[in-house]
Amino acid sequence: MTFADFIITNAPALLIVVPLFAAFLCPVIGKISTTVRNCWVMGMMLITAAIAFILAYRVFATGPVLYVFGAAATNLAVPLDSGGIPIRIIFMVDAMSAFMGIICAIVGVSVLLYSLSSESRNSSLEGYYTLFFLMIAGVFGMVSTGDIFNFFVFLEILSLASAGMIAYRVDGGLAVEAALKYLVLSTLGAILVLFAIGIYYGEYNALNIAMIAQRMQYTMLDKIALVLIVAALAMKCGAVPLHFWTPDAYSRAPSSVTAFLVVASQASLYGLFRVVFTMYNVTMNCVTVGWIIIILGVLSMVVGVTMAIPQKDIKRLMAYHAVSQTGYMLLGVGVGLAVLGNVALTSAFGFMAMEGGIFHIFNHAMYKGLLFLTAGAIVYRIGTRDLNKMGGLGHTMKYTMIFFIIGALAIAGIPPLNGFASKLMIYESVYLFNPILAIIAMVVSILTLASFVKVFHSVFMGPQLPEYAEVKEAPLPMLIGMGILAAICILFGLFPQPVVDMLVAPAVHALADQGGYIASVLGGA
Amino acid sequence: MDLFAPLLTGYGIWAPVVWLVAFIAAFIVVYLIWKTGESSYKKGTELERPYLSGNAEPEKGAVHIRASNLYWGFLQALKGYYDVLVPLHTGVLTDYMIWFVAVTALLLVIVGVLS
Repeated sequence: MTFADFIITNAPALLIVVPLFAAFLCPVIGKISTTVRNCWVMGMMLITAAIAFILAYRVFATGPVLYVFGAAATNLAVPLDSGGIPIRIIFMVDAMSAFMGIICAIVGVSVLLYSLSSESRNSSLEGYYTLFFLMIAGVFGMVSTGDIFNFFVFLEILSLASAGMIAYRVDGGLAVEAALKYLVLSTLGAILVLFAIGIYYGEYNALNIAMIAQRMQYTMLDKIALVLIVAALAMKCGAVPLHFWTPDAYSRAPSSVTAFLVVASQASLYGLFRVVFTMYNVTMNCVTVGWIIIILGVLSMVVGVTMAIPQKDIKRLMAYHAVSQTGYMLLGVGVGLAVLGNVALTSAFGFMAMEGGIFHIFNHAMYKGLLFLTAGAIVYRIGTRDLNKMGGLGHTMKYTMIFFIIGALAIAGIPPLNGFASKLMIYESVYLFNPILAIIAMVVSILTLASFVKVFHSVFMGPQLPEYAEVKEAPLPMLIGMGILAAICILFGLFPQPVVDMLVAPAVHALADQGGYIASVLGGA
Repeated sequence: MDLFAPLLTGYGIWAPVVWLVAFIAAFIVVYLIWKTGESSYKKGTELERPYLSGNAEPEKGAVHIRASNLYWGFLQALKGYYDVLVPLHTGVLTDYMIWFVAVTALLLVIVGVLS
């Protein structure tokens, strides 16, 4: 076996091993010098991203990749002497998992590059990078695993690392308070997830997602487990009315961390969609659960954007917009779920709504990550998050302003940027399901634009203020980090159909195809 | 793979490249109009100073409209809505836990009993 074969064959495992290796060696390597440590973290992040892309290419080219830990063959999920039970931990990387992996890889590289400058003034950076790589491992694990208990383990790794990162700057205790709120709520959610896993194990004698899906009866216990998981993961992804932790955590975390917290929240959204589509699918009452997700989505859109408008803290304002944008994803996928049992409606607009929602996950990670990074660049240069104290920065921070404009127009759904493409898919498909929902989504986009006009005017417009006369543009690594995300916002907006054809549509079909998932894992077992 | 293929929305299409060409054409027209404008403007001269009918120019910070002054009317119009919504965000962890437990209970009733 050549080195290349080894990498390709073991890519699912390496996706976790490399960031864990990077994380735990970081404190040791940090003792050598700052330059060596920076080279180490950047190099390991690039390797991790390369593995994610190799794996994604393999998945999109040849189909789902099954990786069984400790088995004689990496695709032997059900040992011959196990009585048909998949006893080992497996990673099941289908198109949806690969899609999420690409998001994590792109944002991870951008954020890490940005962090090299944005965090350079702070101490204990070995701890910072260790926690960052644990977050990376947590996200990759959550989106790759085919084992529900393993999902819980990676969810916990991600939650603990995220809490550490939110508290990283202490900020007079305020960051620690935000982290505590996040941690307590995350733990409460994790307990519910664990309780649900206990129900599945007691009922079906399995932790393997495919096996549970195959045996799913949708009993009262399954309904309880479904609600516990939906509530916990809806809270983790910041859906209203379970969103309360997001403004505190997003605004108090370093901006680079906040950009990645968006991806972390989306990993929970992935978990929510994976459970309802892959484990339950049409065995459950799709209309009821679909409408629950739709209502959570509409509440998130409306409450998120209306709470953003009066905010005076730039990051808090953006945090509420993150809540609002999550609503679009829930709305699109919720509509797809609500009509899942009806073949005619699914083919008429259900799949399109899901494609819009899933495409919006990608777009949101790019433009919201970009916006948080621009906010971080502003705070890095002027030292305040208070919009009332800002003004005239367009004179000195021209590139940051351009990146902000790209992100703001994208989030508001202004053509030809990426946010418009996914929102258009959501508007038109949701309109066929229920016109009122589509109208609400469009009004929320208008309010989003209004909110970002306020931010743009407050931060960049007006005369150059005397107190900011000496302010310089953000350092080059921060600009490159923002530039990567901005370029994707433009490219995915200009060429949306190839993206939908190559990435989004396969991801949606993988998510909706419960039988295909089960067959990929269990074969004829 | 057609890179320039329009986005199919299931209900219509969206062709961003056409939009881009139209945008560039409009930009060229705007640029040509701008080029016909006054060209004697010189940076760093009296031409840059605002004309305020002989009054002294206020300090730079005083003329910038700050964030809190924007959308005042919008917020006033929706005062009743915000009077309810904002206080719900108490910042108190136990309140947030109660919300979480209450929503979970509500979902249990909807999914467990009604469906």
